[in-house]
Order: sequence, then structure tokens, then C-alpha cells
Amino acid sequence: MPEHTLLEVTDLVKHFPVGGGLLSKPTSWVKAVDGVSFHVAKGESFGLVGESGCGKTTLGRLVMRLLDPTAGTVKLDGKDITHLSRSALRPLRQQMQIIFQDPFSSLDPRMKVEAIVTEPLRAYDRIPRGQRREKAVALLEKVGLRAGDMDKYPHEFSGGQRQRIGIARSLCVRPKLIVADEPVSALDVSIQAQVINLLDDLRVEFGLSYVFISHDLSVVEYMCDRIAVMYLGGIVETAPADVFSVNSRHPYTRALLAAVPLPDPQGQVPPAPLDGDVPSPIDPPAGCAFHTRCPYVHERCRIERPVLAKTGERHWVACWLNAGAGFSV
Amino acid sequence: MKKYFTNLNFSLGFALSFVVIAMAVISFAWTPYKPNAMNARHRLEAPSISHPLGTDQYGRDTLSRVMVGAVNSIVVGLVTVAIGLSLGVLLGLISAYYGRWADESIMRFSDLLFGFPAILTAILITSILGPSAINAMLAIGIFYIPVFARLTRAVSMTLWEREFVAAARASGASEWAITIRHILPNILSPLIIQGTIQFAVAILAEAGLSYLGLGAQPPHASWGRMLNEAQTFMDISPWMAIFPGVAIALAVLGFNLLGDGLRDTLDPKMVKVR
Repeated sequence: MPEHTLLEVTDLVKHFPVGGGLLSKPTSWVKAVDGVSFHVAKGESFGLVGESGCGKTTLGRLVMRLLDPTAGTVKLDGKDITHLSRSALRPLRQQMQIIFQDPFSSLDPRMKVEAIVTEPLRAYDRIPRGQRREKAVALLEKVGLRAGDMDKYPHEFSGGQRQRIGIARSLCVRPKLIVADEPVSALDVSIQAQVINLLDDLRVEFGLSYVFISHDLSVVEYMCDRIAVMYLGGIVETAPADVFSVNSRHPYTRALLAAVPLPDPQGQVPPAPLDGDVPSPIDPPAGCAFHTRCPYVHERCRIERPVLAKTGERHWVACWLNAGAGFSV
Repeated sequence: MKKYFTNLNFSLGFALSFVVIAMAVISFAWTPYKPNAMNARHRLEAPSISHPLGTDQYGRDTLSRVMVGAVNSIVVGLVTVAIGLSLGVLLGLISAYYGRWADESIMRFSDLLFGFPAILTAILITSILGPSAINAMLAIGIFYIPVFARLTRAVSMTLWEREFVAAARASGASEWAITIRHILPNILSPLIIQGTIQFAVAILAEAGLSYLGLGAQPPHASWGRMLNEAQTFMDISPWMAIFPGVAIALAVLGFNLLGDGLRDTLDPKMVKVR
């Protein structure tokens, strides 16, 4: 691979127990993330899209080691962090930060903005108060807030401003990688654009890599260099953003794209819309997880699970149609 | 501060509690008579200029004894709430954080304590340890542990799920730092509210124990004890019972209203913040 890989995720699995108590075993497992592999290059913005419940948030938290994976590995800058203890992980946390979806839950209501923004510093070394304030001012100005906002509490801000505070916090330790977990989906459309542009500017300025999680295809297409589509805990397709909208191969990706309202009156004829709901991740379908809703389902799809296969430059698809006689819509 | 006093509960509760606390504070410096000084010539007197609340069967001044009794009640409130808060919050935090068997055992222990009628168990404890003011406080304080443990557990469990805790973890904060920096400040208001209400309950409970002779021992002045002594002379001198009774009622009412008022004023803000 020519580019320098910053994050490498291999066969990551996370199963959550369902039921079970102090003495009884869990009755079943939710397969939230079920064998996911991808990598993110330095400076790259990698998009993860999928319906709610497909496991994208869980995946983001696994990457951050906020959750412990059931199996698989996460490598940051070549170092395996999958099994590092909390204290061994601490110095590495400076290299990766997370931005949350809900700007109301992600800021402590009892903390002043200054303390929130500089909290990541507190875990590492004792920094004099004066320097902390300076740092907080610089960070706030960077994200478009004022120095005077430092002594306010989160409830004095709007949703968009709160999200900016969250972004300032994530930048505090100068990370290389930021996991942005639906950073704009809780915001108004007009504010969304501002925050997305801010994130885009910051990427250039700080040389950041993003794992950008969203259910909004248009946001991801705008923000990201490469996009992965998740369905029921697995990645079904990865493609460069420019290829994604015009030449995606997986029936699920096509269906997602067709669901995006296009401003173009001469747009392509949408493929058959999807029927039914996402199956339960407790008992996912055998074979291809998508076969219950796929308009092109084959016999093989019900039995054997397709793996990601290369179909073009940086373009991988997990679909039997693609692997076999070719795929046409 | 202004918003507190626009609340009627808070204002009334504050005024009543203030009177009780003021009485107690003044009693350290001055009481009309020595609270334990007997005076055989002025026994069982009705309120008069020289004895505004009358005297008891030994001629002791009731006002002086009510004032000193206020000290007793406040000390009981403070000590019992302190016992309940310190151990209850600790157990509640452990329960919420560790979950599983730690949670199960702490909560079942709480259920156990809740299952017993409080006053009966307090009688049991004081009769085992011997009747004294300190043992009465211990008995009441032990009953406060599950009250605060449950509250702490319930509130902090939801806090641990909040994203700002995940953000702190992602920043490398230790679990201990998260507890100190994020969990405790956020459970403070419900604890203050509950503490004020338990303070009122403690005053009543201690009066009950003292009335039964299991609390403060004679000649030490305690409102419950005074009621007990007064009951023999109800026909001759009802004043002896009325004033300590009124003191108990007003103190309990005052601290309860204060707690309610705090809840009214602190809670809506918390809802808005969230």
C-alpha cells in the first residue's frame, strides 16, 4: 500500500449478551459488529454509512477502545491496541479522539466550557491553570466560539455551538485520528453545513484522519475520500467517494443511493425499493445478511456468505452477483 | 438566590428552619435560665412574663429547655444525615459502577434494612447498645444508608451511560477521576434535597426514641424527652407538652418544606440543562 496506514481494523467482532443474570448464562447474543475489516490512511477521511442499528456506532466505539472487542484487532499507527490495558492505552489516547452525536449528552452540564475543552489535557500532565486557559481560548477561537464563552455552562449554548465545544475538546490533544459519530445528525440543516465545513477545514489544518460515521449519504459523500457501507454488522461495499455514487455495485448500496432525494430531474431510474425491515442482529440470516431484502437474491446467497472482493481501484464489494457473471441493474 | 425565595415552600421552610437554628445558636450564649436548674417554688407554671413558656415539674424553664433541645435535634439531624450520606453514597457509587454481584448484594442489603419497621429496629439497636443519645443517632443513621445508597445508585447509573463519561474515558481519564469530576457534581443536587428531608425525618425519629426513653438521657433536654415527662402532668399543666410538641412540629415542617422548596427550584433547572 503506497499510503501510510494510520488505522487498521481486522476482522473486528463485537457480540453483546442478551438476557442472563447473575447466575444464568445469556440467552442469546446481539451480533452488533460481525467481522469488519478496513483501514484508514493518514489524512484520509473514511465514511461509514448504514441504517440505524447496523453497528456503525459500536464499530466507532470499538476503534476508540471504549468497548472491548469480542475478537479481531485494532491497530493504530502500526501498534496493536486491541488488548492494551486502560493505563497502557492512556498515552495513545492522545492520538485518537471522538466526537459524539448528541451535543447535549456529550458535555457535562456541571462543568464550565474551559474545563470541558481542556479535560483531555488533565489525563496526561499537570498543566498550569494559566496555560490551560490560553489553550482553551485558542481552541474556542479555532472552532468559531469566543474567548468570553469560556466561563459559561453548556446549557447557555445552542446545539450547534455545543457541538463546536465538543469538537474543540477533541482537538485539545492534537490527535491524528478523530472518530466522528454522527456529528451533525442532531443539528439543523443550516448548522449542519457550518459544522461540516468546520470539520473539513480542521482536517486540512491539523492533518487529521476521520472515521466519519453517518446515516446521511450526502454528508458522507461530501466529507469523505472513501466510503464503506455497513449492513447488519458487516461492510458490504467500500469505494472511493467519486466512484461511490456513480458506480457502486452492491444492491444495498444502490438502494441507499436511490433513497437519497436527488436535485437532478434527469437522474437515473431508481432500482426496486427495499421491502421489509433490517433482520434482527440476534439471529441474522444465514449466507448473505442482505438476502432477505435483496431484489437479486440467488440460491447461493442464502447459503454462503460473500466476502469483500476487489472490483476496481480501492473498490471492494461483498456480493455473489458481483463475483459471478457480473452485475447489472 | 432570588429564584429560591419566589418559591413559597422554600421561603416558609427557610424561615422556620432559621428560627430553629437561631434558637440553637443563641442557646450556646444565652438562655433565660439554666436549662437544668430546678426551682421548687415555680413548678408546673403556666406561661408568664418571667417564664414565657411556663415551667416543668421541677420548676425548670421550658423556654430554656426548648432552646437547648433545638441543639440536640440539630445535632441528631446532622450526625444521622452524615452517617447516611457518607456510607450511602459510597455504597451507591460502588453498586452503580460495579453492577453484577456487588450491586445485587448492596441492594438486597438495602431491601433488608427497608423491610424492617424503622422505629422497631431502632428500638432493638438502642436496647442492645444501651439507651443514649449517640446510640439513637447511630440507629437512625444506619437506616439512612440505604436511602442514600439507592438514590446515588439510581442517579449515577444513568450518568455512567452519558456520553460525557465516554468522552472523559476517550480522553484517558481514570474511573476515579470520572467519579470525582463528573459523577459526584451531578448527583449533588438530589443528595442535598434528600439530605434536607432526611434531616426533618431524623428530628422526628429522635423525638420518638427520646420519648420512649431510648434517646437523650435525663437531665439532658430533648424535645421527645420533654413530651414524655409532660404526659404525666397533662391534666394539671398542658403547657409542658404543648411547647415541645409545637417545636417538633415546626422544625419537622420547616426542614421538610425547605427540602420541597429546594426540589422545586433545583430540579426544573436540571431538566432544562439536560
